[in-house]
Amino acid sequence: MSENGLSNERLVWMFTQMARIREFEERVKNTFEEHPGVIRGHTHLADGAEASIVGSLAALRPDDQLTATYRCHGYPIALGSDTKALMAEIYGRETGICKGYGGSMHLTDVERGFLGTSGIVGQGIPHAAGVAWAAQIRGKGQVVLSFFGDGASKQGAFHETLNIASLWKLPIVFVMENNNYQAYTKVEQEDANAAVGEPLAVKAKAFSMPGVTVDGGDPVAVYETVLPAVERARAGEGPTLVESQVFRLSAHGNIIAPPGVPLHYPEHEAIAIFGNVEEYEAAKRGDPVPRFRARLVSDGVLSAEEAEAIAESAKQEIQEAVEFGLESALPAPERAVDYVYA
Amino acid sequence: MARELPYIAAIGEAVHQEMARDDTVLYFGQNLGLTDEDPYVKAFGNDRVRVTPISETAEIGMAVGTAFAGYRPVVQLYMAEFMLVAMDQVVNEAPRFYGMTGGQVKVPLVLQAGYGFTAGWAGQHTGTIYGMFMGVPGLKVVVPSTPADAKGLMTAAIRDDNPVILFHNYLLTLEHGDVPEGEHVVPIGEAAVVREGSDATLVGIGWTVGKALAAAEQLAGEGVSAEVIDVRSLAPLDTATILQSVEKTGRLVVVDQATRHASAAAIIAAEVASEGFASLKAPVDLVTALDATIPYSEPMEQYLLPDETKIVAAVQQVLGATVAA
Repeated sequence: MSENGLSNERLVWMFTQMARIREFEERVKNTFEEHPGVIRGHTHLADGAEASIVGSLAALRPDDQLTATYRCHGYPIALGSDTKALMAEIYGRETGICKGYGGSMHLTDVERGFLGTSGIVGQGIPHAAGVAWAAQIRGKGQVVLSFFGDGASKQGAFHETLNIASLWKLPIVFVMENNNYQAYTKVEQEDANAAVGEPLAVKAKAFSMPGVTVDGGDPVAVYETVLPAVERARAGEGPTLVESQVFRLSAHGNIIAPPGVPLHYPEHEAIAIFGNVEEYEAAKRGDPVPRFRARLVSDGVLSAEEAEAIAESAKQEIQEAVEFGLESALPAPERAVDYVYA
Repeated sequence: MARELPYIAAIGEAVHQEMARDDTVLYFGQNLGLTDEDPYVKAFGNDRVRVTPISETAEIGMAVGTAFAGYRPVVQLYMAEFMLVAMDQVVNEAPRFYGMTGGQVKVPLVLQAGYGFTAGWAGQHTGTIYGMFMGVPGLKVVVPSTPADAKGLMTAAIRDDNPVILFHNYLLTLEHGDVPEGEHVVPIGEAAVVREGSDATLVGIGWTVGKALAAAEQLAGEGVSAEVIDVRSLAPLDTATILQSVEKTGRLVVVDQATRHASAAAIIAAEVASEGFASLKAPVDLVTALDATIPYSEPMEQYLLPDETKIVAAVQQVLGATVAA
């Protein structure tokens, strides 16, 4: 399957990252049941978005950069961040990648170009554009990916930033992961384009930049869509809006509850709010991870045994991450004031 | 060598000198770098000097992003109130990343924001709003009252590794004063005793420093020796210098152009009441703007504001009052 300029080795890399992200997210979710109280606050999972994340990142050069949202576990896993440090962060440990200061919503790994995750919807989009302006000044051909959701495209920050990015021809690709739900509401309840059956990528038209929609469940299709956008950005021709259609397989986040109430993941909104079991079941049938695995096996890229070994290796790795997180110490309380001023 | 410069030109000189010294310094905003003849564009090019759309969220958010990437952006916002449409970026983005990432990400940026333009600009362009920002952890807030400090604090702000808001007072725009040539840095977080005295301490902020000095001069004619402190930085706040003065004088009047309940004066009074109560011989007094939207028409506008008469009266009151036993 070198049809896409993707070597077998690269395709296997894609599947491996997808399997690692999925395993990580399932273990985060299971932590609520297995180790109550270990995860605090609000956690958002990327299960269902693995293909979109990995296909997008596959289009990058090692010195490219990105920002994302509070739904941020998947990107650093694919970039090679230590899953032990990521899990320890979500568990609030001093060994966490942010030393326990950020938690699930603010994973950051500057060394790998993962520069920051705002927990406020849409507000990371201008950050990415600023990074892209810096790349433009530096003139070394770096490109920035800005990841956000469909909900963010209703924020002023989205519109202000896309305008400037197009005006200044910034080397950036805006990757909107449209998972059809803005936390609890369906996209057509919130979005004028969606309400009349148009793809959200039409928003690009307002800023005179290309807008494309892709099946975010297919990592190769995502790669084939994001790569030309990245190349366009790298060539100085400006930004692109990529709408990547994904279905998140978990609810928006764990339940929001005051201290003392055990946290857990509720049913997906399709079922919990809209009672549409079939919508959710259809999404499960289209689950990108088994779908891609089956495709690689049927295309002869991987044997069934090799695929199983990759999944098994991911299980082992994330099991170690969970253990590392649980065994790591909580930070000393007085360290709370260590990072007020740089 | 010092020579006279207007306050606003002193700020510009600091930006220009820092841009020449460090090519990671960027300068952008809605009304600068309009043509190739612009002095900043001529000196530093359009990569580093850019005119922006009226998009404060994107401007300040992109400043955060350039800072992520190792640059030192200076955003010229003109009016401090324009930050209010981008409050998330100012309060909940720029100052949060250093802490949230356990020190991985520094966000060195400067927001240049004019405030207190009580010269007929009515309700929405006259605010003295630094009080909203001085309590945000991670954010630094400086308020120069003289051209020399304007240059020195802007220089320090650009070199600082944290987000800094430099509030410049629009009423002082054309005030002249001696400004050192070449490098001039005023450390952030250090107040200045600008007039020594022994009977009462007057603390001024930005525009009200001049008012406090004028009141002190008038009081001197009445045989009252007032010490005047220019806070210069609101965050971090140099409470030590204020407490030291109050220890000497036993009396404190804080003068602030802000409305009373949104004032920095209220915080300063609370710090002194909390940490310096034993030194006080009289209750702390505040001379602030009254809690009202600034009216357009001049007599009403001026009625709301602190002035020398109100300051002198406040000092006379604290001199006559005593802490109840």
